[in-house]
Amino acid sequence: MAKTAKRPGEFLLQSARTQNSNSSGIAERMILLRALGLMLLFLLANLLPANAAEADLRAIIAKFAAAANFSATETVVRELAATGDPLVERPLAALAEGDLYVRKADSLVFVGREGGDSVELLDPLSGEKSGEAAKGDITKIKVNNTLRRVIRDALGTLTLRAKDPAVRIAAAATMFKTPDAANIEPLDAAIAAETDANVKALFEQARAASVLVSDRPEADKLAAISLIGARGDRDALSLLTSVEANSQGAVKDAATAASGNINSTLAFWDAGQNIWYGISLGSVLLLAAIGLAITFGVMGVINMAHGEMVMLGAYTTFVVQEVIRNSFPGLFDWSLVIALPLAFLVAALVGLAIERGVIRFLYGRPLETLLATWGVSLILQQAVRTIFGPTNQEVGNPSWMSGSFDVGQLAITWNRLWILVFSLCVFALLLYVMKRTPWGLQMRAVTANRRMAASMGIKTPWVDALTFALGSGIAGIAGVALSQIDNVSPNLGRGYIIDSFMVVVFGGVGNLWGTLVGAFSLGIVNKFLEPYAGAVLGKIVVLVLIILFIQKRPRGLFALKGRAVEA
Amino acid sequence: MRGNFSTITKMVSAGMVAAGLLMSVQARAADDTIKVGILHSLSGTMAISETTLKDVMLMLIEQQNAKGGLLGKKLEAVVVDPASNWPLFAEKARELISKDKVAAVFGGWTSVSRKSVLPVFSELNSILFYPVQYEGEESERNVFYTGAAPNQQAIPAVDYLMSEDGGSVKRWVLEGTDYVYPRTTNKILEAYLKAKGVAAEDIMVNYTPFGFSDWQTEVSAIKKFGSAGKKTAVVSTVNGDANVPFYKELGNQGIKAEDIPVMAFSVGEEELAGLDTAPLVGHLAAWNYFESVDTPENKKFIADWQKFIKNDKRTTNDPMEAHYIGFNMWVKAVEKAGTTDPDKVIDAMIGVSVPNLTGGYSTMMPNHHITKPVLIGEIQADGQFETVSQTPGLVMGDEWSDYLPDSKDLISDWRAPLSCGNFNVATGKCGGKGTN
Repeated sequence: MAKTAKRPGEFLLQSARTQNSNSSGIAERMILLRALGLMLLFLLANLLPANAAEADLRAIIAKFAAAANFSATETVVRELAATGDPLVERPLAALAEGDLYVRKADSLVFVGREGGDSVELLDPLSGEKSGEAAKGDITKIKVNNTLRRVIRDALGTLTLRAKDPAVRIAAAATMFKTPDAANIEPLDAAIAAETDANVKALFEQARAASVLVSDRPEADKLAAISLIGARGDRDALSLLTSVEANSQGAVKDAATAASGNINSTLAFWDAGQNIWYGISLGSVLLLAAIGLAITFGVMGVINMAHGEMVMLGAYTTFVVQEVIRNSFPGLFDWSLVIALPLAFLVAALVGLAIERGVIRFLYGRPLETLLATWGVSLILQQAVRTIFGPTNQEVGNPSWMSGSFDVGQLAITWNRLWILVFSLCVFALLLYVMKRTPWGLQMRAVTANRRMAASMGIKTPWVDALTFALGSGIAGIAGVALSQIDNVSPNLGRGYIIDSFMVVVFGGVGNLWGTLVGAFSLGIVNKFLEPYAGAVLGKIVVLVLIILFIQKRPRGLFALKGRAVEA
Repeated sequence: MRGNFSTITKMVSAGMVAAGLLMSVQARAADDTIKVGILHSLSGTMAISETTLKDVMLMLIEQQNAKGGLLGKKLEAVVVDPASNWPLFAEKARELISKDKVAAVFGGWTSVSRKSVLPVFSELNSILFYPVQYEGEESERNVFYTGAAPNQQAIPAVDYLMSEDGGSVKRWVLEGTDYVYPRTTNKILEAYLKAKGVAAEDIMVNYTPFGFSDWQTEVSAIKKFGSAGKKTAVVSTVNGDANVPFYKELGNQGIKAEDIPVMAFSVGEEELAGLDTAPLVGHLAAWNYFESVDTPENKKFIADWQKFIKNDKRTTNDPMEAHYIGFNMWVKAVEKAGTTDPDKVIDAMIGVSVPNLTGGYSTMMPNHHITKPVLIGEIQADGQFETVSQTPGLVMGDEWSDYLPDSKDLISDWRAPLSCGNFNVATGKCGGKGTN
């Protein structure tokens, strides 16, 4: 721009000079000079504003270099936001992300993109590449939560007209959370220009929130309260409670009534939430216990190393993700799917080795089995600790398992939902294997009457080994799912072993359906007790209830009838 | 293991020769080296945190030996494994002191492990360096506390959240694991907040069991508590393993640090190593050291550590710095006393000053606590902390909290003539009780 602005000027000067050298008279020269002046003025008026605005912005951005503390940085942010220029979005967003740097040599401000040891520097306004710098040559402009919030609010106002509806929705959400009387005018304009009905409604709510904190007449405020009351979520409640505390008369009464309404709807949703949390906890319990339902439930082996099979599954997931991160980053979203069969194999092989190496010598001696498998669990834990180290390993969530979505006032997190679906799939698959395949038939035959099964030509030792391997393998794939919500450390299995036994014993030993019902009822009871009794007491109450229940029905919810019970 | 083996050899020789001869064998052994006991769990639940501290001690001892040892002798590390089993801590401590004759012991993590070894150390008169932040309400003659007391971590952290920079928090959730450290710390914080004019209904206290993994109800309770129209923050004393699922749930339920920040006292670089920190940017922690602190001492420490452990991804953390400070203080005190005799070293320790890793000096105070700066850091996307606030000077560890009715009159001063860990200034007598 600056260059093109110069050229006509130069041309004029040259023509003036040629005219001058011709020197056809003073009057002519005067006119020409005036014309020249006018032209220059005209050029300045037309071309400088853009330059001036950009130069002004650059001048403000340059102040970041001198800002010594957070409040100084905040002043600069506010100054930038006050320009209202959409160009400031880039530097502000970069600042919020912690990507804004000052070059030590010349105090210039850049947006930085980290890559290895050096940082690629981009122009803060245009985003064009302007060189690279070593990490030691630049300083990051520090941000804290307060600053991030200020920036978020500022960007909210600036992005009201963004092309992407998602950005506009985000803007409306921030403006709703941090109402400000100054927001009303930009919101009015945005509402008038908005075409998307959804976004428009959100804008109107944000406007209503801003009206409440302004000094507009009471009628406006009452209308705003009814609009916000209809929204009915926690953010609305939060806003109305603060209005209630800071106002008098009709506005206060209306706010009280509206927040009372929201509270009663939310109480209803709270109950729904408890049920959902209970189901979700139940699905985790089911996953952890379902392998045990086979090794302990069907085979009668008290397997204290069950938790370690879960842990092995989780570590398999970790190894798979490590390989993917280093070699095939594009496949990361598939990492869990790839890990599933591998985890099954690893845990099943270890289970097979345990059965062949230890447990087969101990059938019919539950106490020795308990001690031996306990020893095996310690060996496995320490082995993993030695190989992978004692610290937690990072297992990432694939994108389809992160975040949450809303059903009414209920936030459902994707990872919990997928774990629920997954646990039900595993259950159905297992049920199919047990009830519909020849192998399942043999398993059940061996459990029901070992000698008769043997005399029918079934190789009972191999059925034992494969059944134990199946139970362990299922525990392994449970580990893949649990790695998504718990930490992957050598102690992972410890946390699940007691709960798993509880579920299997409560549900009825030897019955898969019992395990399903047991897991979900324990989960739901636990989650209904937790808000009232707290997590610690809640757990104790559940344990006491189970002890009482077992006194009454020693064989659990669904007792298995037949010879297996005596075996 | 080598320590144990040499002890066995000694025992065997004791069986064969007269008792007088044994004495001379031991005396000769003691002439060659100075033994340093390391009492950290290498297996069980606490191995996750304590194994690192064992390694850092081995590194420090190796470095000291490279510098020529201590009092002209080599240092020898005696490592034992109390296996996260609290009674075993006392047994192993007894073994270190009476069988291995160590000059000092560095160890412990949980408060309950410390409490279990206290009687052993006073009975056998040895020295323990305890490197972890704890709940205070204790000052023992034989123990030096190099971790933070509540006023060196919890109180400044809450002050920061109340300040304008921290977001002027008005409503507080005190979330903790159910054991002695969180309970005492939260008791102190509750008293402190009330003294600052926070109403009782603006404080929510909640405890969860060790290793808790289903945080859905707790996190949505926090969300609910935070929607009362006042700025809310969570102060977390959640311990170790339970933190990862807690932070994952916070991230999944979309609680952003800008809205409800979580200030943690037990989450350091090591704990974050198992987490994807991108959704957690801005959540806070209060410590006396961060790996990201930019000082030449810290750079050298990190480089030495990664070289020693042969892994350039291993992080450093606050308790490691505490051992660094404690070990250097002990070395200086032994040099000052000219002997490893516990009584003389304990007296020589007070007033010893050594550089810490954050660019200052830490000094051992008469109450056996040290002076430290308090740093508040925000979690970054790379799993490190960025310091957002730092106390202007060093903070002196206050063992008896001023905010608890039982302990506000107590002071501790182990110098003669007072020599008392719980002197009651109101009654003028030595011997008062704290809250635990």
